[in-house]
Amino acid sequence: MRFTRTSKALGIVAIAALALTGCGAGGGSNDGASESAGDPNKVITAYSNEPQNPLLPANTGEVYGARAVELLFEGLRTYDPNGKPVNSLAESIESSDSQNWTIKVKQGTKFTNGEPITAKTFVDSWNFAANSKNLQQNGFFFESIEGYAEVSAVTTEKSADGKTTTTPAPTAETMTGLAATDDSTITVKLAQPEADWSLRLGYIAFAPLPSAALKDPKAFGENPIGNGPYKMEKEGAWVHDQSISLVKNADYSGPRAAKNGGVTFKFYTDPGPAYTDLQSDNLDVTDVLPSNALKTYVSDFPDRNATKAVATNSTLNIPGYNPNFQGEAGKLRRQALSYAINREEIAKVVFNGTRTPAKAFAPPVIDGFKEGLKGSEVLKFDAAKAKDLWAQAEKIQPYDNSKPLQIASNTDGGNKEWIDAVTNGFKNNLGIQAEIQPFAKFAEVLNLRKSQQLPGLTRSGWQGDYPSLYNFLGPVWATGAPSNYEKYSNPEFDKLLQEGLASKTPDEANAKFNQAQEVLFEDLPGLPLWDQARPIVWSNNVVKAETGWNGGIRYFDITAK
Amino acid sequence: MVRFILRRLLQVIPVFLGTTLLVYYMVFALPGDPIAALFGDRQPPQAVIDTLRSQYHLNEPFWVQYGLFLKNLFTFNLGNDFTGQPIAASLARVFPVTAMLAIEALAIQAVFGVAFGVFAGLRRGGWFDSTVLVASLVVIAVPTFVLGFVFQLVFGVQLGWAKPTVGANADWGSLLLPAVVLGLVSFAYVLRLTRTSVSENMNADYVRTATAKGLSRPRVVLAHILRNSLIPVVTYLGANLGGLMGGAIVTEGIFNVPGVGNKLYQAVLRSEGPTIVSIVSVLVLVFVVANLLVDLLYAWLDPRIRYDQ
Repeated sequence: MRFTRTSKALGIVAIAALALTGCGAGGGSNDGASESAGDPNKVITAYSNEPQNPLLPANTGEVYGARAVELLFEGLRTYDPNGKPVNSLAESIESSDSQNWTIKVKQGTKFTNGEPITAKTFVDSWNFAANSKNLQQNGFFFESIEGYAEVSAVTTEKSADGKTTTTPAPTAETMTGLAATDDSTITVKLAQPEADWSLRLGYIAFAPLPSAALKDPKAFGENPIGNGPYKMEKEGAWVHDQSISLVKNADYSGPRAAKNGGVTFKFYTDPGPAYTDLQSDNLDVTDVLPSNALKTYVSDFPDRNATKAVATNSTLNIPGYNPNFQGEAGKLRRQALSYAINREEIAKVVFNGTRTPAKAFAPPVIDGFKEGLKGSEVLKFDAAKAKDLWAQAEKIQPYDNSKPLQIASNTDGGNKEWIDAVTNGFKNNLGIQAEIQPFAKFAEVLNLRKSQQLPGLTRSGWQGDYPSLYNFLGPVWATGAPSNYEKYSNPEFDKLLQEGLASKTPDEANAKFNQAQEVLFEDLPGLPLWDQARPIVWSNNVVKAETGWNGGIRYFDITAK
Repeated sequence: MVRFILRRLLQVIPVFLGTTLLVYYMVFALPGDPIAALFGDRQPPQAVIDTLRSQYHLNEPFWVQYGLFLKNLFTFNLGNDFTGQPIAASLARVFPVTAMLAIEALAIQAVFGVAFGVFAGLRRGGWFDSTVLVASLVVIAVPTFVLGFVFQLVFGVQLGWAKPTVGANADWGSLLLPAVVLGLVSFAYVLRLTRTSVSENMNADYVRTATAKGLSRPRVVLAHILRNSLIPVVTYLGANLGGLMGGAIVTEGIFNVPGVGNKLYQAVLRSEGPTIVSIVSVLVLVFVVANLLVDLLYAWLDPRIRYDQ
């Protein structure tokens, strides 16, 4: 879904901290008594920025739109703070073979305009989202359902100058694998078995939409009508470039009941003023801290801060098309590079302890995460071993040191500091030239990565869409996967992923996915760097705040004092 | 007079075409695909990107894009920005806010700058003059963003006299703190200009004549000294208005003012050519009109100046 580009500009300053401990400094000082003393009708204010799309669940891919949409809509499932899925509108989700699923929908729930929500509502909403001509960004979340290929079909034209243009051309309006057999039953047939499919049902793309949304999505997205714990305060509650005002939905009866009277998202183009507002209690909660506050937020907000590990990690990709990293010598060199990065020290010194060294290709907060996978020892800093492996590689094939090894990155959002630390590690421990290849904008790097024009290493970050190991492996490393820009391909890895998906139980699936990770450790198409956590701070006006598994604040759980 | 105004307005056309062309080209030349950049590492289906690209004519060559922009401009339909919002509507939201901010800042610097400048100029070398000179030097030497952060911290956070940021529903009151910060540097310049000008004119023949014929001191100062001293000040203020409208990016950023500067900053980050150039177009008009007004004010301030020869 969202790339953590740490671009200060768009405010996606992905900040991170102590993983594993769950909750870092502060946070623990508020006991149950003070929580119950809160005022359930007061409106709280929260940091946000202008959403980039109309507020439609299946078309919201960036964080600021998503935080509003998540409060406005309720799907079949939702996630608890640890990422465990909890049924919400679903009474039960069952499958005996991981391919044919039967979902029972709770009866009697309504949108805030009174329209009832039935099994058919979901089927219509999903068909709408998957249909390529509706241009929903999150349409691909339905890719596993049988018949997705037809509704999402496109035609690609090549013009005279070699540019290709893709236009929507669905050959069917509904997915064959999706049906509402009666008001309370949805049957889903997947194109192939997927053990973790039901995990993704908590993602906003699967939310139900009222019929008005399907008729005029753009107008609907300005004043969305949902079924979540909150509703828009009034027509035009989204004041562009300024704020979105949500109020409690009194008819909501799900697991995410609002403990406050409403949430007003105030828009900031920069996290700095928001931090100042928090210091003077003009804003109640933020999850984006200015980078210069990472050293001070604990002392600025004693007892009013929390730092929790989130499902986001960072990786340094090594392109297979660079001749220096091909063959047996290339493999030794990739290992040498990994041994030459002092993750522990960079996490401490550069990130002020707001990141933890990576232990695998997925972060520890994800269910099924296993430490000490075969081959994961390359993640430890070992200068001697790095030198030794590099020397071995030199014997097989000499390294072309005519040009420095570059790490391509946009330099906004504090990327330069850690890249300098990494390249210094390469220089000092391997005796090669290394440097940052700076770009002004993220878009530039992305374009060059897509067209494989970057000779050196590239960085990437991945934020989980739903809490599943597969989500950190499939979309990034599988052959032909959409975000596999360096075109890594290993049939054994692909096979293990498929076997994992076809497993009967999540445990079996995770075992396969962890085996697949061992293949990645063998090949090292990228070097896992660190996992992130997110520090948040809150004002004196609220009791406390907490982030969920993906780093999003659980706004509905905040009580005003 | 009318011919003068017409001639000046006609000059707007090449200035307008030149600036928009230049700015549009600079945005066009920015590397990277702005549509792909909207989505980050997890790209949406290619059909979504391609449809958006063709919707915003990003596949067209530069001249076609620029031509379409001009066509839109002259049919008063600025189109949509990359988030799908009509550009005209967002201009209508941000310009009043920034106009309020600029007017407030301009008023602060004009009123206080001229008043202080007159007092300092009349008693050149006195304690007031010396104090004000040193103080204005300090204000000029300190960059705006430092002033902004200090004022925000002192008056907003520690003393709590004003809200540290503006945010939604900006009004004259909430804009006062940023307006003071924005106006302060120019205030120092206005003060110094007025002071020099006043102290020079004090020894002019017509001032001695006015005093000799028995006019009261306030009348001499206001009608004779001040009026004749205002020409450089008015020139400076007029040029400054455009700067206040467009150059408040730093101040608007610090105080989170939902105005032109913030919008421009966001648009530049997203490489949104049409939004940037639309804003710049309005700014060009503001500049031109402000300078025209300054030129007309000259005639009022100094009747010797005539426009139609």
